[in-house]
Amino acid sequence: MEKRVTTPLTLEQVKDLKSGDSVLISGVIYTARDAAHKRLCELAAEGKELPFDVKDSVIYFVGPAPAKGDQVIGSAGPTTSYRMDPYSPTMIALGQRGMIGKGKRSPEVVAAMKEHGAVYFGAIGGAGAYLSRCIKKAEIVAYEDLGAEALRRLEVEDLPAFVIIDSEGKNLYETGRQEYLDSLK
Amino acid sequence: MREINAQDITAAVKRLCMEANSYLPSDIKERICNCHQNESWDLAKNILGIIKENYEIAEEKYVPICQDTGVACVFLEIGQDVHINGNLEEAIHQGVREGYIEGCLRKSVVRDPLDRVNTTDNTPAMIYYDIVPGDGLKLTVAPKGFGSENMSQVKMLKPADGLEGVKAFIMKVVEDAGPNPCPPIVVGVGIGGTFDKAAYLAKKALMRNTNVRNADPFYADLENEMLEKINALGIGPQGVGGKTTALAVNIEKMATHIAGLPIAVNINCHVTRHKSIEL
Ligand code: SF4
Repeated sequence: MEKRVTTPLTLEQVKDLKSGDSVLISGVIYTARDAAHKRLCELAAEGKELPFDVKDSVIYFVGPAPAKGDQVIGSAGPTTSYRMDPYSPTMIALGQRGMIGKGKRSPEVVAAMKEHGAVYFGAIGGAGAYLSRCIKKAEIVAYEDLGAEALRRLEVEDLPAFVIIDSEGKNLYETGRQEYLDSLK
Repeated sequence: MREINAQDITAAVKRLCMEANSYLPSDIKERICNCHQNESWDLAKNILGIIKENYEIAEEKYVPICQDTGVACVFLEIGQDVHINGNLEEAIHQGVREGYIEGCLRKSVVRDPLDRVNTTDNTPAMIYYDIVPGDGLKLTVAPKGFGSENMSQVKMLKPADGLEGVKAFIMKVVEDAGPNPCPPIVVGVGIGGTFDKAAYLAKKALMRNTNVRNADPFYADLENEMLEKINALGIGPQGVGGKTTALAVNIEKMATHIAGLPIAVNINCHVTRHKSIEL
């Protein structure tokens, strides 16, 4: 059974999401990869305003392919999240509530998630053509010079994902595998 | 002596870049389908279903299977009786440039590993030449994503480490990679040669049809055994648990020095793309 998640993502919603849940995400989300994260964190360090409202926001770690023909956006699956590990704790402290990516996270990120209340969703890596269909609108908000890595505002509808790490720090990468292996015994 | 024009190579590389990014090889598709059917873990099965639907959409709409359309790895088997009219290397880069721009493929190459400025046309290609007898020219384009490339490793084992050392290293690389390289993965292994040759063999192994086992029965058995062992790890599709962690293990080997046992493991994701043409 899938839980529907609509952004902006409040602390209350986050508390309700548990590791292993399948979700369908709708609403406005933002895209950023390491290069954009670096700039965002530099702005924050200088005490300047970020180019989007970070409070209760969800950031999708993705560098989409260019749109082709009548596409809103090209293929758009998640990139590997650990490259954002140096920046995510800062972003979470600023109010970011959700991250969508793939792969492991550092203990520092998990600690920040538990402290401030944030959730890490996994989208399906390599399913870029499928996922791009869930994106109904896309526009560049900042850092156009970064090309695929620019900061984009997306409107998504029923983007499929699952909760990898919840706000209590429970991790599907550890439990899912163990439960599967236990089921074979 | 056979003459081949550089422009023909550009045209072929361009087409291969575009097609390889939208059309998954049939052996990979078959393996995804079979794994989808045999997967017993619910979430894993759902994920494999979407992965399957994804490559069908890519094929139908002629759009990239994955947004990471990779760095273009271009393999050439050039007959020694072939003469190229024009600049071969530039012809290959030009094909990549045209294919990535026209095909709306993502430009994912930076000009320098440290200053990291995007070249905006996905050049240069990574080119691998093999000189072979005859007057043929075989071109293969393999767009290589870096989510999986980053999870690859090389190690100089000791001869005393032997077969057990080889097996343990392959398992270690897969375990270290975990959910990061978008499992289910394809595992390319190179054993022997030198430090760099082992890595080259591992990459070449990923070009082989996964339904074709190593011609040496000993290594063919090892491929089967490693596939079984990897799938017993339970990592599962995307790392959520399940029986489908790898689609295939391909091993290539060659002679090496009396003092060494080099091994490289090149990880590829379920978007294992390559397309060839003979000119
Ligand atoms: S590892 Fe493969 S499937 Fe995953 S994002 Fe990279 S190219 Fe795509």
